This record gives sequence, structure tokens and C-alpha cells, in this order.
Amino acid sequence: MLTTSLKRILIAGAKNFSRSGLVSIATVLIMTVTLAIVGMLIFLSALLSYTLAEVQDKVDVNVYFTTDAVESDIISTKSKLELLPEVALVTYTSREEALAQFRQKHVDDTLTLQALDQLGENPLGASIAVKAKDPSEYAAIVNYLSNGNNVVGGASTIDRINYYQNKSVIERLTNAIGVTERAGLALAIFFALASIIIAFATVRLAIFSSRDEIAVMRLVGASNMYIRGPFIVAGMLAGILAALIVLALFYPVAVYAGTSLSSWFGGFNVLTYYTSHFAYLFLTLMSVGIVLGGFASFVAVRRYLRI
Amino acid sequence: MIYFDKVTKLYRDGTSALEDVTLSIAPKEFVSIVGHSGAGKTTLLKMLLAEEKPTEGTVYFESTDIHALPKSSLHHYRRKIGMVFQDFRLIPNKTAYENIAFAMEAAGRDDDEIASDVPYILNLVDLGTKGGHFPHQLSGGEQQRVAIGRAIVNQPDIIIADEPTGNLDPVNTYEIVEILKKINELGTTVVITTHNKGVVDAMGKRVITMEKGRIVRDDAHGQYIL
Repeated sequence: MLTTSLKRILIAGAKNFSRSGLVSIATVLIMTVTLAIVGMLIFLSALLSYTLAEVQDKVDVNVYFTTDAVESDIISTKSKLELLPEVALVTYTSREEALAQFRQKHVDDTLTLQALDQLGENPLGASIAVKAKDPSEYAAIVNYLSNGNNVVGGASTIDRINYYQNKSVIERLTNAIGVTERAGLALAIFFALASIIIAFATVRLAIFSSRDEIAVMRLVGASNMYIRGPFIVAGMLAGILAALIVLALFYPVAVYAGTSLSSWFGGFNVLTYYTSHFAYLFLTLMSVGIVLGGFASFVAVRRYLRI
Repeated sequence: MIYFDKVTKLYRDGTSALEDVTLSIAPKEFVSIVGHSGAGKTTLLKMLLAEEKPTEGTVYFESTDIHALPKSSLHHYRRKIGMVFQDFRLIPNKTAYENIAFAMEAAGRDDDEIASDVPYILNLVDLGTKGGHFPHQLSGGEQQRVAIGRAIVNQPDIIIADEPTGNLDPVNTYEIVEILKKINELGTTVVITTHNKGVVDAMGKRVITMEKGRIVRDDAHGQYIL
């Protein structure tokens, strides 16, 4: 009995959908727009978090040691730093490596290289670069280093810490990241709400055109669930179709963006994201489409089932 | 089987659609309700379908006060009634066959019954070859026959027809009346409202005349007199 009703509701829903012609097409198109916005928000947030990760990755604090600092002391300081929970990575650059890097950097600048040769000795000190797990933790790390007891060989062996020069930049960056995340979220919610309301109104309009039909079904003695069922099924079908259209439309866009716009997006490859997250995109768009179509129909038919 | 006990219907603006109507209809009766537009005929039928509630008084179907039924079980009550309207009210995106089958599906009948009963009913209303047509592909008379088929397919206790011939030409009117007579002879109570003098006079059955919300005549073998 229950399975027969379910089967009948599914068949009636599919027939309703295919026979409603233009109304169904309009509903699918509006839901396509809604789901496309949802999909773009997914890509946007992926791009945003990728960019943020990239930028965060580039921030570090460099500690420059004096030329007479003992290498083994610096290594010990490095080991101590690595034990801190805030620290993600510490890289040591020895005096010789610093010099090699300097030469590499100024390979075309003969004047500077000549001056360096004239000095006869290596003027560069060793340095360590510290990367924090979170940009807001740099201050704590610098505080830690400013305390002479934590530096093996004493605070006097530290020539300078470039954090103080970078401090304002780092702070601004930390703020910017926070603001971007919050603004992005607010924008996402706003767009999602707007498009959901439009999709909702369209589904309601589609059902409004069937209100006489609903009245007849009621008079013929159909139960409320039996009347509502096919409309909900038709709404879900519109959602499924819209999700499929969006997924299909995104593929060529992803191919184009992945090949031509990758450098513009700071190395973020849209196509790679599309293919590697396909299951996630598919499930998200499908479930948003099904829930949106089904729920909008449910609410809309409810209005015409009074009495 | 139907009993209206001192039923009065007042609308919010104070106008009355029915005033103190007391009326009983026995099983297997054929009753025509006549009267001018606004006399209260349609309101009376709406009361019977539990589409509107009376301001005062009670409507009984067998021994049930139908306006005391909870909304959730109203559809069970409505399955005992077959309804025919002046404007047919078929479901536009279903074929003639599906319109009739829908009433059976809604009543929870199984697929085998539907497969055997619908063609039988389509033949009964003389539409054996037009089951696959949508309402807009059928004439008014054909649409009304589909509506009658839908009304009788669940073997209701009573058929209620509100101006069933109001939109039809004389030939189609005659056919519809013949079908309703046949249904009545097979043992179903039929209540119709009509403006058509010819229909009432040809029937020679009980006629209730209404005026301004009141019953002014009730003749066992009546004529259309206004």
C-alpha cells in the first residue's frame, strides 16, 4: 500500500514535471542560476583560502646573528624554537650559505662583488627563519627570542630581528585576512539567501498555477500527502536537473580558467580543483537543489491545502 | 442518509446564504434543487461537501456530523461522494484515463482494479476510444462525461452535480441526464442543482425549490416552477 503510493507519487511527479513545459523550464533555469551562484561561492572560497595559505606561507621572521655568534649555539637556539607549539618551521642559513646566496643574487653586479672580494672575509652573519603556524603568533615568538635566556650564547649574539621592520606589515596582513574571510562569508550568505528567495518564489508561482487542480484533487478525496507528493517530487526533479546543468556548465569554465587564468589566480588551478573535488561539488549542488526544490514545493502546496 | 437540521449560513458582511434549512434525502433518491442564482443552491452543496461550515445547525451524513470531522479525515468522507461541476474541473495535465484513475489512486485502490475499472467506466460514459485525450482535446460534453466517470468510479454513496448541464448544448445535456438517470437506477443517490426546466420536467422526480436561502417548495414528483 505504502510502496504503491510512493511509486504513484514518483510517477505522477515525473509526469507533472514533464507536462508542465515552460513552467518547469523556468523553474529549472532559476534554480540553475541559484546553484551556479552556490557553486561559484564554493570556488571563490577555495580560491580565497588557497591565496591566504600562499600569503601566510610567505610571511616569516628572520633572526640575523652577529658574525661572531657560534654556529653550535645558533643550532641549539633553533632546536629550542622548534619545540615551541606556535612554530611551524625553522630554517637555518649558515654564514657560508648566506654569502653564496648573496653572490647568486648579485651575480650581474660586478661592483658589489668586487667590493665583497676586497673585504677578504665574509661580512654576513648566519640567520634563522621562523615560520609560525598562524600569523598572529609571530609576536609571541619574537617576545620569546627577545628574552636573552632563551638564546643560547646570549641576546648579544642577535644582530637584529626583522620582525620589528615587518611588524606593521604582518599586522595589517593578519587583519586583512580576517576581514576578507568575514566579508567573503557575509557576501556568500547574502547571495545564497537572495537566490534562494528567487528560486522559492518561482516554485511557488509554478504551484500557484496549479491551485485549481489541487482543489479538485482534494474534492476527489485525495489525502494531503498524496496531493503534495507529486509537487514535491517535481520540485526535487527541477533541483536535480539544475544541479546537473551547473556541473556541466562549470566544466568548460574550469578548463578555460585552469589553463588561461591560473597565473592570474596566483597559481590556483580551477580545473584541478574541479576534478579533485568533483564528488564534493556534485553532492553539495545536488543536495542544495533537492532540498531547495522539495522544501519550496512543500511550503507552496501547503498554502493551497487549507480546508 | 443526509439530514440538514435547521442550517443557517451567514457571511461576514451579514448577508445570509441559507436560512433555517431543514431537509432530508433518502438513499437511492434523485433530487433536483432549483432556484434563481443566489438562491443558496451551491451553498447547500458546499455544506454537504464540508467545504463550508454552517453558522448554525448541523449536517448529518448517515449519523455523522460532517462538520465535526477532523481535517485529516475529511478525505475519507469525501470519497463517499462523487462530485460533478458545471465547469467540469478535470485535471488539465492528465488524460481522460488518468483523470479517472486518479480518483481510484487517491482512494488507495490497487493497480489491477484500476486497470480493469477505468476502461469499463470509460465505456459506460461512452468515451471508450478517448481515454488518451487531454481535457483540452475533448468537447464540453465529453469533458463532463469524464467528470461523471471520475465521480462514479469509486462507487460513491451519493453523486452531487452542481449545474452539470450549465455549459452544454441540448444534445449533450440530454446525454448527461440519461447517464445520471442510469447511475441512479443502478442504486446511487443523485442530487443535482439546475436552471434547466427541460431537465427537471423530463425527470419527473423530487424537486426542491429554493428562494433567498429558504426552501419554498418540496414536491415528490415535481415540475420546474419559479
